[in-house]
Amino acid sequence: MNRRDAISRVALLLGGTVIGAEIFLNGCASPDKKVGASVDFTPDDIAFLDEVAETIIPQTDTPGAKAAKVGTFMTVMVKDCYDEKNQKIFLEGMGKVNDASKKKFDKGFMSITAEQRKELLTEIDKEMKDYQKNKKKEDGAHYFNQMKQLTLLGYFTSEEGATKALRYVAVPGRYDACIPYKKGDKAWAL
Amino acid sequence: MPGDSLNVNLNNQSVSQNTYDAIVVGSGISGGWAAKELCEKGLKTLVLERGRNVEHIKDYAGTEKDPWDLPHHCNLTQQDKTESPIQSKCYAYDEVSKKFFVKDSEHPYNQVKRFDWIRGYQVGGRSLLWGRQSYRLSDIDFEANAKDGFGVDWPIRYKDIAPWYSYVEKFAGINGNKDGLPQLPDGEFLPPMEMNCLEKHVAAQMKSKFKDRVMIIGRSANHTARVGDRGPCQYRNKCHQGCPFGGYFSSNSATLPAAARTGNLTLRPNSIVLEVLYDKDRKRATGVRILDAETNKTQEYYAKVIFLNASTLGTSFILLHSVSDAFPNGLGNSSGQVGHNLMDHHYGVGANGIYEGFEDQYYYGRRPNGIYIPRFRNISKETKRSDYVRGFGYQGGASRGRPGNGDGIGVELKEHLTEPGVWRMGIGSWGEHLPYYENKVTLNHDKKDKFGLPTLDIDCEFKENEKAMRKDMMASAAEILEAAGLKKVKTYDSNPAPGFCIHEMGTARMGRDPKTSVLNKFNQMHDVKNVYITDGSCMTSSACQNPSLTYMALTARACDHAVNELKKGNL
Repeated sequence: MNRRDAISRVALLLGGTVIGAEIFLNGCASPDKKVGASVDFTPDDIAFLDEVAETIIPQTDTPGAKAAKVGTFMTVMVKDCYDEKNQKIFLEGMGKVNDASKKKFDKGFMSITAEQRKELLTEIDKEMKDYQKNKKKEDGAHYFNQMKQLTLLGYFTSEEGATKALRYVAVPGRYDACIPYKKGDKAWAL
Repeated sequence: MPGDSLNVNLNNQSVSQNTYDAIVVGSGISGGWAAKELCEKGLKTLVLERGRNVEHIKDYAGTEKDPWDLPHHCNLTQQDKTESPIQSKCYAYDEVSKKFFVKDSEHPYNQVKRFDWIRGYQVGGRSLLWGRQSYRLSDIDFEANAKDGFGVDWPIRYKDIAPWYSYVEKFAGINGNKDGLPQLPDGEFLPPMEMNCLEKHVAAQMKSKFKDRVMIIGRSANHTARVGDRGPCQYRNKCHQGCPFGGYFSSNSATLPAAARTGNLTLRPNSIVLEVLYDKDRKRATGVRILDAETNKTQEYYAKVIFLNASTLGTSFILLHSVSDAFPNGLGNSSGQVGHNLMDHHYGVGANGIYEGFEDQYYYGRRPNGIYIPRFRNISKETKRSDYVRGFGYQGGASRGRPGNGDGIGVELKEHLTEPGVWRMGIGSWGEHLPYYENKVTLNHDKKDKFGLPTLDIDCEFKENEKAMRKDMMASAAEILEAAGLKKVKTYDSNPAPGFCIHEMGTARMGRDPKTSVLNKFNQMHDVKNVYITDGSCMTSSACQNPSLTYMALTARACDHAVNELKKGNL
């Protein structure tokens, strides 16, 4: 399995094209397009994204997205791998999460509890699902689709995600074509 | 324009210093073989590679890294897309392997019709990156042009090349199963890899439900047992990043080291061959002129025999650029065929589906090989089609992903995503491309590259036979999966441009008649007996099998011929 499978797996999970699929899979970006080099994330932004990611993939008996530094990963990917259109959606989306939190709980996202965050993002996830289902092909992605995709991608290719939540052997040494699987065994990371 | 020649004074010493028994242009999958064979037969051989050096293992930085140790976890950036919009589309292009691809911005060409030219300019060429699938052609392929009239007759038949397939398979290290199929001759194999349980199920269903088609395990150049000092394969499935275990065949891991061991090899990277030098009185090539990519100076090298292995379009460039009084249209081009008859396999069409079963089955390791369905159309009277000629094969495989439902967030989502998902299988098809004279490359002297050299105009398309074949490629894929009980079977046709399969070939084809072909049955130029061409450009038809094994066999056979001709004084 290769990176293409990792990316298309995320697409399958979310029932739609991966954001900037042309970036991750086929790369048909016009060479004339300027990259948004001015995108910069502050430590507060990273902390915020860590908490968003942690809400999506929390710590259980295995580490969560925050321990896997998914917030940092998200900023690197938005800066280097998103085109300007998607960068704009993502940056505005960060503000929208915070606004939604204030509207629902009278407090910003960083000030609400873990349960409140889960409640809030579950609502936004539903809103995102409806939007993705009904949107036209040329409409932009929903910001939460971006955040969720980057979270899953970043987490399951992190050391914590790949080796603790899943199973990963760097050098398998052999191929066993048919081995027994019992429910509860973790999936291979790659 | 190129810089000053270092050969202003052609004194005897400088000529003799730059004289070899043989020159090989290109160090990719066929050039590496030419180097090995010529060196092992005692010839002092100069290998000229246009790109930089890449040493086996030493220069594979990044292959040892896990995804989290890479800045983008092995994903591509906007910069990749901007610098290499074409290369970055390739399945093998990732954060680590991209250093083995050219930067499109540095190596322009002109698409008269859409053509994705995927290249690797370094020692080893694309043998570092290749898909490693290795299949023999059969007489069904060698007789095809003569039988249906497209192209010209191959000047060889299977019996001519069979011993050479055996010869190269043994050294290269090809795994596979002896399946006894006339359209896909068996080879000298390392132990075959194994099918997983869904693949075994589908293969068994195919056997019972179709009398004319089979699914076999793929045959690949991964070493399932140790081959000399190489391998065995460790099932990381990161071959294209370079293998620190020497687990698959490349020039870097196998043929170049063998050549070097003889003491007869001189490898000169950063050497762009501009032209083959020709002596019209002796009717022989005398050597080549190169441009040094680092110093921008030209240099001449001389040899008794020259092998052009610069890859199909690289060799086309050299021939078309080697203009002289004797050959105003390019070296050895009295036929007018050089640059014409360009072919590539057409692929990216097939089907996939899910299988509700085998929940208690899984696998261990990442197998760098899949299944193969050999050609079953137009291989006999019974399988003759009325809608197209020639045929296609399938590659594919089955796997369990992780669940497709990503609804919701939190603990339930996380737990759901850490279980293997439903079994899925996909098969994709590779189809033959007929040789059409109008599919061609020519030099564009108005658009020069950064070296001041003309660029290539590439004018190539798939035509009616290919389009008709694709309908069957897609429908038959679905038929196979549905017959095996797969559900939610979906077909696809991604309609890739020519070039994207990276099996471009045919522009200096072999043939019986010097009026309609460029090479004779030993890959010698009809017009220039001491120039041999054994890369993809020599192919008279494309068949549907992955072609690299055939390039290797033709190369070893041609080297044997060349050395014998030298000994007899014929060159």
